[in-house]
Amino acid sequence: MEKKDDRYEICFCGSGGQGIITAAVILAEAAGVYDMKFVCQTQSYGPESRGGACKSEVVISAGEIDYPKILQPDILLAMNQSCCDLYFLNLKPKGLLVVDATMVTQIPTPRAVAVPFTKIARNEIGKEVAANIVALGAVVQLCQIVSVGNLEKALLARAPKGTADVNLQALHAGMEAAKQYDLNTLPHVVMEEEE
Amino acid sequence: MSAFGSDKKRVLLQGNEAIVEGAIAAGCRFFAGYPITPASEISERMSRRLPQLDGTFIQMEDEIAGMGAVIGASLAGVKSMTATSGPGFSLMQENLGFACMAEVPCVVVNVMRGGPSTGLPTNPSQGDVMQARWGTHGDHPVIVLAVSTVLDCFQITVEAFNMSEKYRVPVVILSDEIVAHTREVVTLPSVGEFEAYNRVSPKMPPEWYIPYADNSMGVPPMAAFGEGYHHHVTGLMHDVRGFPTQRPDEIEALVGRLFRKITQGFHEIQKVETFMMDDAEVAVIAYGSVSRSARRAVLDARRQGLKAGLLKLITLFPFPRHSVEEALQKCRVALVPEMNMGQISREVKRVNQTVSIVKKYNRVDGQLITPQEIYQQLIKI
Repeated sequence: MEKKDDRYEICFCGSGGQGIITAAVILAEAAGVYDMKFVCQTQSYGPESRGGACKSEVVISAGEIDYPKILQPDILLAMNQSCCDLYFLNLKPKGLLVVDATMVTQIPTPRAVAVPFTKIARNEIGKEVAANIVALGAVVQLCQIVSVGNLEKALLARAPKGTADVNLQALHAGMEAAKQYDLNTLPHVVMEEEE
Repeated sequence: MSAFGSDKKRVLLQGNEAIVEGAIAAGCRFFAGYPITPASEISERMSRRLPQLDGTFIQMEDEIAGMGAVIGASLAGVKSMTATSGPGFSLMQENLGFACMAEVPCVVVNVMRGGPSTGLPTNPSQGDVMQARWGTHGDHPVIVLAVSTVLDCFQITVEAFNMSEKYRVPVVILSDEIVAHTREVVTLPSVGEFEAYNRVSPKMPPEWYIPYADNSMGVPPMAAFGEGYHHHVTGLMHDVRGFPTQRPDEIEALVGRLFRKITQGFHEIQKVETFMMDDAEVAVIAYGSVSRSARRAVLDARRQGLKAGLLKLITLFPFPRHSVEEALQKCRVALVPEMNMGQISREVKRVNQTVSIVKKYNRVDGQLITPQEIYQQLIKI
């Protein structure tokens, strides 16, 4: 008989080219290879490699994972408005929405953390392409599902030569930005039950 | 990357990448093909891995040629593989038949996507099950295996090579877009932890070699081109020396042997996995990525007091009828969820012979069947 189900599900979504899948792979590697947990990372995408809707899902568990995709995400990271609108209804009642405030202006729930990942990447890091890593830093800061040390190891293992510093800087910028948020001050549910 | 398996490391791999590692572990040193979504990562990784191991990777002009090159390499004594998806698999059928007829060991991976035609390139499907069995014309034996996890992709690929070498038959691995692109952490076994079977080569002097002579296994020893054993290879019906024949007695003996070698090995070829089947009253029979959803649905059903179990098929053809019959005799209902209009469910019904009730559940919209859907079907039973 299997152990108690302790699936933790994270959904990354945005446009193709934003590094959605890369961010998910780094998280999966940190949790699976370095944190010794079971992970499944899946992705769905359209025929175009840039601009189309892109979604990647990571399931993390202490036990073997049967269904590889997410059932209901604990965290939804939305890097653009259309994905945010499309997927937020699937969030767990006590899940958390994280959005790139640069791209998402209409936030559908007050239980959300809105950080301008792209703007931070552009202004603080000097590279807009690092927005996905800024976002990854924020997500991990908020969910604490992997240790920072292991996340850094996974990031460096995937980072192209010569980009280690920029990537680490981006990761920590995201973590710092997320530290401004106290989850206890947010509403406890994504959607209030209607009377 | 070091040579295979020297360091036992946890690695995060896609199903497609694990197929490559499995093939290399089994001794595959030749890959020819033409990239296609969602199988391209197999070509990509092969193009990096094979040159490191003195192997050969070649991108051909199309899938017909890819399959042809694979047959040629195998006849030259190298374990060979190709990988494709539905449209390419259709093109390979002619040469796949040649490999069946000339008994050329090879492995063909078909990562299924939505069809027919170019269909749905980036979404999963299980629509090619019957094509894998009957895609090439004529009565022919073939082995078809299905994978569902990243670890499967490694292990079943090793199995596929072993079976193809042992029985001198093409083996088709059916994967799907979900299995192909799911990344999981696996610890790949090191060399020596699994058996890699090599085809039997002739021991007699070349002038005594009869390339298609029958024996107790029904599998004649296979000489590689260039070893001094001159023999003729043809897609025509041939006699024991490999030359075309129209003699009914020789034709019947050949076709009979082609089937007999698989029938004799049936118990070894038939591979399934069971989950909670010991006291099951309702069975889910599934394969590929759907079996992962089914496993979860079985657990959900058990929590509601329904004694459900899962029979996961690894071997799809020759159809593992003994395992399926056992499940049908034990359970009052069998549910067969598939991402097609019902291909394996027909096989299950064929062997059922009214012993049990067979229900099918199908989804053809390019989405993986979810555990909830299977669960809903189970509690309705």
